[in-house]
Amino acid sequence: MNLFSIIEEIEKVDPEFNERVSPRRDAIKNITSFGSKVALAAVPFALGTMFKKAYGQAASSSVLSVLNFALTLEIIESTFYKTGTGTSGLVTDTAYIGQINTDEANHVAFLTSAITAAGGTPVTASEFTYVDFTGGAGSQNGPFATVFSNYQTFLAVAETFEDTGVRAYKGQAPNLLGNQTYLTAALDIHAVEARHASAIRYLRTSKYGATVNPWITSTAADSNDTGITQVDANYAGATPENTTTAGGVNLLTLPSIESGSSTSVAVATAAFDEPLTMTEVLAILIPAFVNVNG
Amino acid sequence: MKTETQTNIGEANMARRSFLRFAGAGVAGVGLLAASSCHKDHGVTPPSGTVDVGSGDIGVLNYAYALEQLEAAFYTQVVATPYSGMSSTELSYLTQIRDHEVLHRNFFKTALASNAIIGLTVNFSAINFSSRTSVLTAAKAFEDLGVTAYDGIAYYIQNPAYLAIAGSIVSVEARHAALIGNLLTLGNFATSDQVSASTSLNVSNTPSTVLAAANTYLTTKVTAKSFA
Repeated sequence: MNLFSIIEEIEKVDPEFNERVSPRRDAIKNITSFGSKVALAAVPFALGTMFKKAYGQAASSSVLSVLNFALTLEIIESTFYKTGTGTSGLVTDTAYIGQINTDEANHVAFLTSAITAAGGTPVTASEFTYVDFTGGAGSQNGPFATVFSNYQTFLAVAETFEDTGVRAYKGQAPNLLGNQTYLTAALDIHAVEARHASAIRYLRTSKYGATVNPWITSTAADSNDTGITQVDANYAGATPENTTTAGGVNLLTLPSIESGSSTSVAVATAAFDEPLTMTEVLAILIPAFVNVNG
Repeated sequence: MKTETQTNIGEANMARRSFLRFAGAGVAGVGLLAASSCHKDHGVTPPSGTVDVGSGDIGVLNYAYALEQLEAAFYTQVVATPYSGMSSTELSYLTQIRDHEVLHRNFFKTALASNAIIGLTVNFSAINFSSRTSVLTAAKAFEDLGVTAYDGIAYYIQNPAYLAIAGSIVSVEARHAALIGNLLTLGNFATSDQVSASTSLNVSNTPSTVLAAANTYLTTKVTAKSFA
């Protein structure tokens, strides 16, 4: 299953969710256009694999699409960390970053097995015509040109990759509604990506003089708390990180310890992480960081 | 009848009330106001009582509300009585976490409205609030537990809007957990007791497992009988 058919599958599922949860998403839905819809690929529900025995549940084609989207992102992240940790002299905090590298590789392996066991075809790195962590659309000379020659650039890019991964998983969770096996697995991975995001932020601040919190702390004017304007889109979207409502409740009007009648924007935005839709994630990634075989 | 002011008085006075050791002091959060004046259906449960979270999506939200109450009360105490040697950086982080948990608690209380369970009476007698190790170890336990709780209950949620809310919160709890782990020992942001060494998936737990742990810090015991 290639990335474009994944998009088709998700778009079958996303619009319902979008309209239920946020009518503002309509504006975003039509950003990307991938030509005529491809025929729904038949997905065999093969039996007797290790994963299926352990979990006992076949996956629908839309669930497989979500898992393959997740796997796509994990492959990108894993490639990033493998490259970084494999670049001699780049990474100083070898055990710390090494843990994250191991986790991403494990996520790739887990999702690959899960998709295979559920009868799907997992994406692989061969999907990509290029991967460019400088953000240069294949030129390897984009805004993060020193990503693998300057450790601080590497960490800054890592921070945003992790924050974005968290948002991407979060955006897909409703597509796995009620699915004990796959929703739980997706949330379990999502939690680890959030641990990574917190860990990178803490490292940058405690050791290298950055001023980011372990959590995304936005202002009314600016969702992006990284100080790196090139990644504004990663903190924006239909439900930007500086959203101050949740479930229709205006968080700013809830009491805090500081005030009996209000909560600050900083606290409200940090206490709730916000989703990105698949369309929004792909717009961030393609073509700046990756492109895919048609 | 519980009002917002009464609740704030109750929570802001946690530091004093904990020293009263509940000796005739009534349920925390309701305070010393005449309990007999409260006529809500869910009433005033005695401090040693039990409350069930209920069923369906309301049950899930009340489950989350219970855990956020516990965390909010804990961090409120931590910031009110900082451990010896707390650095200004640590105070800043712990104050922010407190504010997040208080917001989470108040959010669920507001969203649940008349469906909300009562304010729970907490019991932190096992925690030494003057000890950095005791406090941060407890904090890590609470945060780790919260992550496993959200991850373990999510598939019960029927309304996608509620799943989105749970998703918005659980990643923040995971950020908290990673930070606390790092404060205890740099690099312990994803310890193998919480994140599988083989799959690198975070642990998820059933409500009974979570509440068995949480109830050791609660005088009001919480049950989740309609969930596995």
